[in-house]
Amino acid sequence: MRDLRHWINNNRMLVTGITLITLVILFGIIGSSVVPRARADVGAGRPARPPSLEFLLGTDQQGRDVLANVVLGTPATLKIGLIAGLIGVTFGTIVGIISGYVGGALDASSRLVVDVLLTIPNLMVLVVITSMLSGVSVEGMGVIIAAFAWMYPARTVRAQVLTIRERMYVQVARLNGMSSFGIVTRELFPNVVPIVAASFVGTVAAAILASIGLSALGLGPQNEASLGLTIYWAIFYGALIRQLWWWFIPPIVITILLFIGLFMTAAGLDRIANPRLRTNA
Amino acid sequence: MTLGYVARRIGVFFLVVFFAVSINFLIPRLRSTNPIEARMNEFAATGAGRAGDFHELIEIYNAKFDFDKPLWQQYLNYWGDVLHFDLGTSIAFYPGKVRDEIMRAAPWTIGLLLVSTLFAFVIGSILGALLAWPGMGKLFGIFVPVLMTLSAIPYYLLGLLLVYVFALVWPVLPSAGAYTSGARLALTWPIVGDIGRHALLPAASIVLAGIGFWGLGMRATMVSVMGEDYMTMANAKGLRDRTMFFHYAFRNALLPQVTGLAIALAGIMSGAILVEIVFGYPGIGFLLYRAISGNDYFVIQGVVLFVILSVGLALLILDLVYPLLDPRIQFRKT
Repeated sequence: MRDLRHWINNNRMLVTGITLITLVILFGIIGSSVVPRARADVGAGRPARPPSLEFLLGTDQQGRDVLANVVLGTPATLKIGLIAGLIGVTFGTIVGIISGYVGGALDASSRLVVDVLLTIPNLMVLVVITSMLSGVSVEGMGVIIAAFAWMYPARTVRAQVLTIRERMYVQVARLNGMSSFGIVTRELFPNVVPIVAASFVGTVAAAILASIGLSALGLGPQNEASLGLTIYWAIFYGALIRQLWWWFIPPIVITILLFIGLFMTAAGLDRIANPRLRTNA
Repeated sequence: MTLGYVARRIGVFFLVVFFAVSINFLIPRLRSTNPIEARMNEFAATGAGRAGDFHELIEIYNAKFDFDKPLWQQYLNYWGDVLHFDLGTSIAFYPGKVRDEIMRAAPWTIGLLLVSTLFAFVIGSILGALLAWPGMGKLFGIFVPVLMTLSAIPYYLLGLLLVYVFALVWPVLPSAGAYTSGARLALTWPIVGDIGRHALLPAASIVLAGIGFWGLGMRATMVSVMGEDYMTMANAKGLRDRTMFFHYAFRNALLPQVTGLAIALAGIMSGAILVEIVFGYPGIGFLLYRAISGNDYFVIQGVVLFVILSVGLALLILDLVYPLLDPRIQFRKT
């Protein structure tokens, strides 16, 4: 118990971050099971009404319940981030380990691809792709974003593998006749896990940022509620100019809480994965 | 400067160009329908423009796209157009050229981003340095969580809140545009003042978000600089605090920050897409937004290509020039 308290005190950033994310997730999950789905549809109430007992956060221009939209949109946005994060980090880790461990021409070419893709502002490529699709689902959005989310994980994992590769215990394993596959899975992989975890959180945050950006441009999933879509409609119908604060403030607040949570979690994990940062507290 | 490094760096740039052009060429052609006619029909259905224009346009674009020719020939023709910086004709502003639209929008983006990035850099670096200075830390302690919060929030969401508060609830600043509509742009004080007033809110949202980023970076570097032997030496010599702060700590901690600034300035074109939408600021991002909502497909492509190429070129120049300026930076062989 004392140890736990000590650990929490040492990792206040990580704990706060995870708490914030958990709150947002709970808000989405519990909310989705309480709020009827039909409330988020067009014409659930009278248009552009301020908060009332029936609609706690009022309604938007087309009579959707804002609370229902935010509640149902939160898991959708998280889903995009998770799909993109999982695919991006898995692929990036594989590329990073192989590139760092095998080296040679394979390493050189994968580094070249990473360098080129990192130079290109990925929002631009995503704009070209999504503007050519006639509608995209939440899952599809996650996959598309994942295609440009693997380069940073690949680069950090590769750098880590390079330093581990020459360590004694890896040499010993090699001399003991362990196969390359064994070395990679049993010696290298466990040692990159902390870095992978930290970059996973960062990748999820970047993916959610990209998805909300694309949605705000009108290129996100249009058939399912998401935080980005709610913000898009609010901009599109001039909710700001008309001062319909109950419409645009809630999705912004949830999004901001989520980003602060992700940022603090990533920073906290970074401190664990990279002990040299600890003195900077 | 090793020749290998220069060659590789230039090679990366050409691959970026190749990738950008190819993706712009290929993705529209992956659709089974004729993208132009599909877009034109959607556009015509909204009832904007005259019917005659559309037939003319469809013909122009069919000629341009050469759908009857083999794919590789279309591809080569597309390259030819790009090399001439011929990005086609806008559908919404026919017969306006996409290139001219971009050239009209780019100065607004550059101006807004240049000024606000520099402001964020200066304020953030000084604040971050103060936060790491012993004694100051307690005074400014509350700023650390503030900086973290600011750097975590997407700047365009910050922008939305700023518009709401300072343009609508308490209307002291204009909510949209880059200048009062109808004003003729000229270099006179009232006009410059008007442009500045309009730029204040979008710039503030970029500066606020940026202060967090630069501040946290500076604070981290300062902490490690404070552990250096020359700081102990300076302290032992009994130098004044101010001298130690400015001449010993701040200057040395600034270097990584300046590198970051150079990278941020290189990415200027892709920096404010969403802020411009929030503020209706007539730069590159707003052009893209209008093009997307109007299905103005050539403008979308043109903007995307322009942004990728300008960022790529700026980063290339930076990578080639920077090692000359700072001999401590060896060409990284990672």
